Amino acid sequence: MGHLLRSVFEPGFFGSGPVHVAFAVGTVIAITSAVVGVFTVTRGQSFAGHSLADIATTGGSGAFLVGINQFWGYLAFGAGAAAFMEMIGVQRRRGRDVATGVVLGAALGLAALFLYLGTQESSTTGASFTILFGSMFVLTPSTVPTLIVSALLALATVLMLARMLLLSSLSPDIAAARGVPVRAVGAAFLMALAVSVALSAVIIGAVLSTALLIGPAATALRVVKGPVRAAATAAGIGVLATWLGILLAYDSFYWPPAGRGWPVSFFVVALVVGSYLVTYLRPRQRQVTTQESPDPEHACSVA
Amino acid sequence: MTADLLRLDGVGVRLGGREILRDVSFSIRPGEFTGLIGPNGAGKTTLLRVILGLQPVTGGAVLLDGSPRPARDSSIGYVPQKLAIDPDMPLRVRDVVSLGLDGNRLGISLPSRARRVRVAEMLAAVGAERYADARIGELSGGEQQRVMIAHALISRPRLLLLDEPLANLDISSEQGIVSVLARLARAEGVAVLLSAHDMNPLMPVMDRIVYVAGGRAAVGSADEVVQPEVLSRLYGRHVDVIRVHGRILVVAAPEGFDDAEAVAEDAGVVR
Repeated sequence: MGHLLRSVFEPGFFGSGPVHVAFAVGTVIAITSAVVGVFTVTRGQSFAGHSLADIATTGGSGAFLVGINQFWGYLAFGAGAAAFMEMIGVQRRRGRDVATGVVLGAALGLAALFLYLGTQESSTTGASFTILFGSMFVLTPSTVPTLIVSALLALATVLMLARMLLLSSLSPDIAAARGVPVRAVGAAFLMALAVSVALSAVIIGAVLSTALLIGPAATALRVVKGPVRAAATAAGIGVLATWLGILLAYDSFYWPPAGRGWPVSFFVVALVVGSYLVTYLRPRQRQVTTQESPDPEHACSVA
Repeated sequence: MTADLLRLDGVGVRLGGREILRDVSFSIRPGEFTGLIGPNGAGKTTLLRVILGLQPVTGGAVLLDGSPRPARDSSIGYVPQKLAIDPDMPLRVRDVVSLGLDGNRLGISLPSRARRVRVAEMLAAVGAERYADARIGELSGGEQQRVMIAHALISRPRLLLLDEPLANLDISSEQGIVSVLARLARAEGVAVLLSAHDMNPLMPVMDRIVYVAGGRAAVGSADEVVQPEVLSRLYGRHVDVIRVHGRILVVAAPEGFDDAEAVAEDAGVVR
């Protein structure tokens, strides 16, 4: 038993400082991203999440170029883009694809330039890798409180607005008629989304950040019904994928050929995507009949 | 004599320079079932949005209990015409009905026995218990209508507005919805204002008709309003009202039809 445990948790795992930081920050961010993700998918704003991630990449690389912490770059560009989207109303999937496509292309082009200049200047290899694909093991300890507070703020915002968000996605007209400030609630949600994307970008990288946002939510929504259960399940999946990802990435240093660890982001994303694919193995619950059948035996079964 | 629950006084609406409604006045008393009848595009939805406070008026006033309606209250329930719901939307039928209680509040709702019981009661009242745990997006149009009626009624409004709830329903769902509404209106003492382009399914339950056409409205009992002279005035062209086996058809005269000839012919129309 002891031997087995030792082969799962490679030596030094529990004593490693970066591992502790990765666990603490990873857990909080995974929960926030998953819960925000459930509302993102419910509101049909996955595309907005992805756009914010692309633009955050530009911010992160710009911040690296001028020598400030990348989180602020992700956050500033993400929040700016969210405000812009809210203003011109592109957050909907079908909204202005062409214009959005051009803007996102430009953002990633700029990111390429910033990364190129930044790497030339400081000759830091791996900086572009960290911005694009992240690493939980190289988090600056001094930013940890900021990251955790930001995550809790985004989570609290979404939980505070939960009912209004659900009612607005059911019908904006009903929500407005009941006195919900639909536009302001939508804008506040978009800001929470921008913060979540920035946080995910810190731990798994800007380009992969939507994986932690949308992946656990999409999986949860396939297997459970009801918003509360979906949010709880998504948070569970996100946290598990993060924990296992950290463990596997640490262990991978000892895998042959030894001495070269695999990126933690790869493991997290692989686990998230894996969990989503697993839901396809299991046949989806028989859906309720779409006819108004008087037969009570037709009532749907619920797990 | 009961006081008016809702009163519209000379309401006018202009949208982008076009006059949608002009001088619309009518009132609804508690517990009354009113049909808002008119052709597609006549301004029925606009009128409902005016009552809900979603559409500003360019003239006139909307009074609830004699005063303007506060922005955040639950005295009016609303069932919109169509929900654009994704089949994957994670809301179950019972979540949707529960949102009718407090979907306009901050925070998350804690599960409680009282809430569960109330939701179950409403689901039973509209005949939607069978699919209480299905996702809202998986239901047919008629099933969604029932759920949205339960959603609108759970906060015990005194006025229920429904926008074309019978559109795109098959005949048996149509009758099902009408009888559920008539029953609930009586049982809960709710006034109902329901828009429809076809008045026939509503004839047995309507106390009054507000007929909208050409931006104006005529108000009264079906017998008073659905008359060729009244409707011809609204439409601004000659229309015939044909009554067959207790059903009513409103038919426009063909283009270029001579009006004097029509008046002469009106005498021959079956009343």
